[in-house]
Amino acid sequence: MTANRRERALVRPHVVTGGRAHPTRNTFDLVTLVTVARDQVAGLSPEKRRAMELCRGGALSVAEAAAHLGLPVSVTKVLLSDLVDSGHLAVTSESPARGGPDLKLLRDVLDGLRALV
Amino acid sequence: MASARSSEGIYVRATVRTAVKLLVVGHFAVGKTTFVGTLSEIRPLRTEETMTQAAEHVDDLAGIQGKSTTTVAMDFGRLTLNDQLVLYLFGAPGQHRFKQLWKDIATGALGALVLADTRRLEESFDIMGLLEELELPYAVAVNDFDGAPRFPEPELREALDLLPETPLITCDARDRVSSTHALIALVEHLLRRPVREYA
Ligand SMILES: Nc1nc2c(ncn2[C@@H]2O[C@H](COP(=O)(O)OP(=O)(O)OP(=O)(O)O)[C@@H](O)[C@H]2O)c(=O)[nH]1
Ligand SMILES: [Mg+2]
Repeated sequence: MTANRRERALVRPHVVTGGRAHPTRNTFDLVTLVTVARDQVAGLSPEKRRAMELCRGGALSVAEAAAHLGLPVSVTKVLLSDLVDSGHLAVTSESPARGGPDLKLLRDVLDGLRALV
Repeated sequence: MASARSSEGIYVRATVRTAVKLLVVGHFAVGKTTFVGTLSEIRPLRTEETMTQAAEHVDDLAGIQGKSTTTVAMDFGRLTLNDQLVLYLFGAPGQHRFKQLWKDIATGALGALVLADTRRLEESFDIMGLLEELELPYAVAVNDFDGAPRFPEPELREALDLLPETPLITCDARDRVSSTHALIALVEHLLRRPVREYA
């Protein structure tokens, strides 16, 4: 379906890094968080349906999704990033700052840990 | 493994916008899985990654540059630090041949905690070397095994050949408070290093 494909091309989320566009797949990290954006499984492969079913319950990291699905991380990255590109899933975490974490983030981590003891 | 938050189930709170990760590394049976399990608010999870690596030996007779695949398991767990921030702990096996796996986990990680055992200190060298190669800042936590010898800190530092600024703490990976203090020492160390004031 041409109309569908055009629509998808328009919303295809690329993360721009240093002026170059990368497919979502290349920006996926173990701790990238995803959640369902469009709860629709028609036309999806069985593995993608399973991923959608899992993600329906809430946000999960790529690593968690891999563990729950019983798939290697590399395979899970491809599945989930395809689902992001097709608009079924959305990334809910900010991508980590390039050049390392900033002071505020580290302080937040420290405060969070101190609050646990 | 006990956590007040485990009742919330397997999912990350909907308000969370930032996920960070720390590595928990160390040689065989040093307590990585125990440490991650003690701190995680979810049942610790495990993923397996198949790695293809150039084989160590080239089969000259066949003239084939061999490639071998290894399956590496890593344990991980999660800690919600506030409404918008979660921390993941990844336990990774120590061998140098898993360098590629480490690179993948280490990319974007804040730092690493090296677990060490006073009965086998020399087995931590390779791991610290790998972290230095990857330029990942770390702290060392000596895991307090029953019956393991205890040494004064200066002796331990010397035996481990630590830089003066590298934190050295003792911890019991089975104890939540003790393990949390080890992470706190690591993050305090990360804050003492030159970091950017603004994102
Ligand atoms: N006394 C004591 N025992 C510990 C401590 N941490 C771990 N252990 C025990 O040491 C054994 C090995 O711990 P694991 O957590 O499985 O070690 P690991 O590093 O994950 O081991 P591998 O994944 O096989 O390399 C287990 O029997 C633990 O119960 C500790 O702090 N004190
Ligand atoms: Mg283990």
